[in-house]
Amino acid sequence: MSAILQGGVASTALSPFKTTDSNKLVTAPSRSSLSVRSRSDWSKSFGSRLIARRSQPPLIPNAVATKKTDNAESSTSSKSGHELLLFEALQEGLEEEMDRDPHVCVMGEDVGHYGGSYKVTKGLADKFGDLRVLDTPICENAFTGMGIGAAMTGLRPVIEGMNMGFLLLAFNQISNNCGMLHYTSGGQFTIPVVIRGPGGVGRQLGAEHSQRLESYFQSIPGIQMVACSTPYNAKGLMKAAIRSENPVILFEHVLLYNLKESIPDEEYICNLEEAEMVRPGEHITILTYSRMRYHVMQAAKTLVNKGYDPEVIDIRSLKPFDLYTIGNSVKKTHRVLIVEECMRTGGIGASLTAAINENFHDYLDAPVMCLSSQDVPTPYAGTLEEWTVVQPAQIVTAVEQLCQ
Amino acid sequence: MATSFSSATIPLHGSQENRLLLPPIRLAPSSSSFLGSTRSLTIPSSRRLYHAHAARRSPVVGVQEVVKDKKITNTLLITKEEGLVLYEDMILGRSFEDMCAQMYYRGKMFGFVHLYNGQEAVSTGFIKLLTQSDSVVSTYRDHVHALSKGVSARAVMSELFGKVTGCCRGQGGSMHMFSKEHNVLGGFAFIGEGIPVATGAAFTSKYKREVLKQDCEDVTIAFFGDGTCNNGQFYECLNMAALYKLPIIFVVENNLWAIGMSHLRSTSDPEIWKKGPAFGMPGVHVDGMDVLKVREVAKEAVTRARRGEGPTLVECETYRFRGHSLADPDELRDAAEKAKYAARDPITALKKYLVENKLANEAELKSIEKKIDELVEEAVEFADASPQPGRSQLLENVFADPKGFGIGPDGRYRCEDPKFTEGTAQV
Repeated sequence: MSAILQGGVASTALSPFKTTDSNKLVTAPSRSSLSVRSRSDWSKSFGSRLIARRSQPPLIPNAVATKKTDNAESSTSSKSGHELLLFEALQEGLEEEMDRDPHVCVMGEDVGHYGGSYKVTKGLADKFGDLRVLDTPICENAFTGMGIGAAMTGLRPVIEGMNMGFLLLAFNQISNNCGMLHYTSGGQFTIPVVIRGPGGVGRQLGAEHSQRLESYFQSIPGIQMVACSTPYNAKGLMKAAIRSENPVILFEHVLLYNLKESIPDEEYICNLEEAEMVRPGEHITILTYSRMRYHVMQAAKTLVNKGYDPEVIDIRSLKPFDLYTIGNSVKKTHRVLIVEECMRTGGIGASLTAAINENFHDYLDAPVMCLSSQDVPTPYAGTLEEWTVVQPAQIVTAVEQLCQ
Repeated sequence: MATSFSSATIPLHGSQENRLLLPPIRLAPSSSSFLGSTRSLTIPSSRRLYHAHAARRSPVVGVQEVVKDKKITNTLLITKEEGLVLYEDMILGRSFEDMCAQMYYRGKMFGFVHLYNGQEAVSTGFIKLLTQSDSVVSTYRDHVHALSKGVSARAVMSELFGKVTGCCRGQGGSMHMFSKEHNVLGGFAFIGEGIPVATGAAFTSKYKREVLKQDCEDVTIAFFGDGTCNNGQFYECLNMAALYKLPIIFVVENNLWAIGMSHLRSTSDPEIWKKGPAFGMPGVHVDGMDVLKVREVAKEAVTRARRGEGPTLVECETYRFRGHSLADPDELRDAAEKAKYAARDPITALKKYLVENKLANEAELKSIEKKIDELVEEAVEFADASPQPGRSQLLENVFADPKGFGIGPDGRYRCEDPKFTEGTAQV
């Protein structure tokens, strides 16, 4: 797997820098020249290696200045870090939390001896034992419920769905118990579970293994949903989700597990409710999450060459939306494009469009445009599969259309 | 026919307050000693069901069978104190449920209310053997399980009235009785939903023992009905509980009816206790209208669980005297069937046992009944006088960490908005 996922802003695409300093934008032309020099090969197969970023001055990692922990430097130019792949980052986050708190445990299919079907829990069973990293039988509803019962009585389980789509079988427990028990018990029981797993359209995996469940879960009151997209935020969100007292669903993407990035050696967590500024800009706000972030950054390269200046925000928190970061951006650019992998009908984009229209209507110069996947079960054939998800060319066209 | 071990005569000196420190069980320690009763249900149609019941001896006779020799009092199954506790608990359950019906028809409580009349023996028989740290998980027919576990009648009644002083602050209702203090883990509206939660609580118990190296002998009891035994979650949890040897007891309150669906019409093999051995755990059938028999089985199952020997499936044959819920006209059940079970009322049976074995006299029992009547009346008064939840309670408790409502357009967390505590904030 050799293809690189570099956006037009090279390394900065993958570092969660969120500079509020608009002077940085002066360097935009030089970024495009950098992109010519970077080894960006936009072949279809998402690969592993990411280019080390050129040195940047230390950047403020927060849009909303809140936690000190989030200020831990992600830019590796100023401090040493270590390079790893996204699934290793998840594993590192999980392992650190399991070391820190003996109540944290993992349950799921093949998480123990097999090491996880995407290797996220590799080695953990050897280290922590078969009970802390529990290999369950194939009964999603029951073991999700078991995790919820364990959480109510004092443990902090991380429940893995081997593929997010399998969690459809656990919908009863996730909706009724996970989301609601804190409320129906009058606040007596907390359910600090993390439900995680890979979802999204992969490489010709077929309709049932290519599902995006964000849209199905988003109405459940009482849960939080986050989607990780880089090794940095994967580890940070995993740790934050485990420490949170709320039930959190962490969406990973099948194709992003082999992304490589350098992350800090020091401990850090990412704020669960905040969005991430990927690339500041002036002309248009592009809101995205998970794998579409990379399609957007690829389109951004083309757009920058054409003279546009898109602002790209990875919303990260799918429920609730970070309306502060998003709002600030809308107030600046007055145009919004949402790029998501969810289905058109009732997806995250649909909710986000509604939220933006409701809250920031006065600031919009054009209607909010939303690019989502087709309302089609994901076909097996590669060509058809390509057409069901949003491709960079469509993003470029949409931006040009919006910015007329 | 009574259950397989009611013919044994070894005295049991169980104590309710502490851990059960029973002598080793008299039957063979392997699980095969428990493979259900010798009774078999051969009549397929529901019309003839009560004939099968008529053919069995009444539970009072069954209990008396155990009392071989009245001169030696320690062949009795219970002591006087235990007997009075059991009696009081069953009377509490019955009076409370009767009062619920009254209050419902007077418009004090709404929605779906499912009453437990007739099934008290199961709740009392099992739960009175538990300690405070043991957990109980139930279904929507959960008032009496909560009461037996120790939740006050006031808290349960207030919850039913939807008042702020209810055990769940009025947010749960009849079908969601929770108590952290008494480890009542619900109260679930969908059948079968609570069984995985119970399995999880039992898992925590095992985890505490084996990973955290704490001294934990807590067991969990999951109560559910015959209808649930056709649901996937039940089987998935039987598998996991037996696989991981969890300290859990699955108690099937087989009252033969799932709203209007007869158990025999919906189940290919109606003998639910048989499903235990298929998963590698003992399956026991017991007469659920006799609290003493239930208690004997419960002692065995709880001891097994505490010793780490794993789960047990107990099928209690019982009956609900009222309809499925207060909204159910209850037209499908045969009057003769109802009459047969009414004759086996568990409270009457226990009363007879206590009086005939000189464990208590009529006066003592009457005073208990009076005490309970007053308690339930007082609970109603308390619930009536309690305030309704205010608007400010609307947004509380949705999240344990209210930051989960997110960041608003002004940059502050929504839960920091002053209107949040008033319940009027935009979330």
